[in-house]
Amino acid sequence: MDNLSGIIMALQGAVSQGVLWGIMTLGLYITYKVLDYADLTVDGSFALGGAVSAILIVKGMNPYLTLIFSIVAGMMAGVVTGFLNTKLKIPAILAGILSMIALYSINIRIMGKPNVALLGEATVVTQIMNLTGLSNSVISLLLGILFAAVITGIMYWYFGTEIGCAIRATGNNEYMVRALGASTDQMKILGLLISNGLVALSGALVAQSQGYADVGMGTGTLVIGLASIIIGEVIFGKRFNFAYKLLSVVLGSAIYRMIIAIVLQMGLKSSDLKLLTAVIVAMALSIPVVKKKIAVR
Amino acid sequence: MLKLFNINKTFNAGTINEKKVLVNFDLHLHPEDFVTVIGGNGAGKSTMLNIIAGVHISDSGQVILDGQDITKDPEYVRAKNLGRVFQDPMMGTAADMGIEENLAMAYRRNKKRGLSWGISHEERVLYHEKLKILDLGLENRLKSKVGLLSGGQRQALTLLMATLQKPKLLLLDEHTAALDPKTARRVLQITEEIVTENKLTTLMVTHNMKDAIRYGNRLIMMNEGRIIYDVAGEEKRSLRVEDLLKKFESASGEAAANDRMILA
Ligand SMILES: Nc1ncnc2c1ncn2[C@@H]1O[C@H](COP(=O)(O)OP(=O)(O)OP(=O)(O)O)[C@@H](O)[C@H]1O
Ligand SMILES: [Mg+2]
Repeated sequence: MDNLSGIIMALQGAVSQGVLWGIMTLGLYITYKVLDYADLTVDGSFALGGAVSAILIVKGMNPYLTLIFSIVAGMMAGVVTGFLNTKLKIPAILAGILSMIALYSINIRIMGKPNVALLGEATVVTQIMNLTGLSNSVISLLLGILFAAVITGIMYWYFGTEIGCAIRATGNNEYMVRALGASTDQMKILGLLISNGLVALSGALVAQSQGYADVGMGTGTLVIGLASIIIGEVIFGKRFNFAYKLLSVVLGSAIYRMIIAIVLQMGLKSSDLKLLTAVIVAMALSIPVVKKKIAVR
Repeated sequence: MLKLFNINKTFNAGTINEKKVLVNFDLHLHPEDFVTVIGGNGAGKSTMLNIIAGVHISDSGQVILDGQDITKDPEYVRAKNLGRVFQDPMMGTAADMGIEENLAMAYRRNKKRGLSWGISHEERVLYHEKLKILDLGLENRLKSKVGLLSGGQRQALTLLMATLQKPKLLLLDEHTAALDPKTARRVLQITEEIVTENKLTTLMVTHNMKDAIRYGNRLIMMNEGRIIYDVAGEEKRSLRVEDLLKKFESASGEAAANDRMILA
């Protein structure tokens, strides 16, 4: 009985974290799924979002306003990666690694130290807590749902516009896009900009929800995002329209956190989680190859 | 309409793989010329089209399109005035997007892309009408993913996309080579209809000598980066495949028999 209530408590916290991280997954969806681009910048830009928001809150800025600064900072990181990749012709993975490494130093510079605590500071979560008396995880969950829903709506609209179509087409067939008069370089940079802006927003919300920002908080972001995308696709299927796919990715992120919470309750150490995640993603990514092998036999 | 002046292009210059592909290359197209281009493997036909389209930048020389020097423009800028269809049916369309989405991308080739909706209702009506003319049954499948279409259907669609906004120049690089003979004939038929109706200036590379003679008002033969034969009007109309083979042999000093050119 005791064990069960412990699990339920843990799951509740897991879901709210999962939805906040789901905003990162929405960003990653743009690079990984729409542009077909594995962008490692996100490991750095997630922490960047947290760092910018935390330090500005400590300096006394309105916590909502800090979110905008976090988004803009993340967008700039995305543009740098895009520039390295498209203009300087550095391969996508390497361009992302370079930005990620650079952001490690930059994030410590921004915070002045490797982490910033928000104890006693006004965050979006504590402000609502004082007003309503709800618990941290419930507020985080509601905020996460609100942000995820609005962002899904905006993305649904944006990727249906002329320019959004050109970004989608770039992930599909670059030759065609150039032959039809659109710059694939611009489309990639734009995609990376939007993506990393969302990732940084997610980092900022997570920092405010957990009450601190840490330079290492983004480690493994790309892999966690991939796991979430894959879980979402496997469970909810590649069906219906774009908005459905986006929502299933956010739910995938929540389910990923629930799986983690359960295995932790079962006695796994939290330091084992990265290994577990890597194994899940490796298995999921190898499914097409394994399927083919089986079909050949 | 199109002027190429003294174009030189060498790949892998300074290495053992150095390859001079175009040598002091000149070409001048008049408005509404429909020029067929033939030549052996590696003669430089695709490279010529790629230099016009900006896929490759020439080492020297000038590309003038309709009076404008486009020699240094990037590919996507020139694309506003060019229609292109490739040999590989996969290259001209986006497989994971719908037919109408592909057409909508093409419809905006020479326009600025903004935040208006990707496809308007009036466009759908236009696409339906245009697809109906192709007579391939595509007009009722506007939402279908292009990846589901056959190679011939994809080439016909690419052709429609290339000409949806009238290009100043249409570049066709063996666009029927990957199709079975019957489909190839149909796509060529469609090509001729579209070119004639829109009075398009066209460069069409082909390996089929009969097609090279049958279509267009002018024919050029390339060998080792140069034009070795350029014929138009009445003289072109009365050409026979044997004449072309003889020309090719005397110019290149080798038998055409082994070459893909003979597969007419
Ligand atoms: N990007 C490149 N890098 C190096 N060499 C190239 C490149 N593109 C073409 N070549 C070489 O240039 C030569 C001319 O190629 P091109 O594709 O223009 O010939 P083509 O006339 O179109 O021949 P085909 O009939 O086979 O299509 C060939 O020897 C080819 O190997
Ligand atoms: Mg060729």
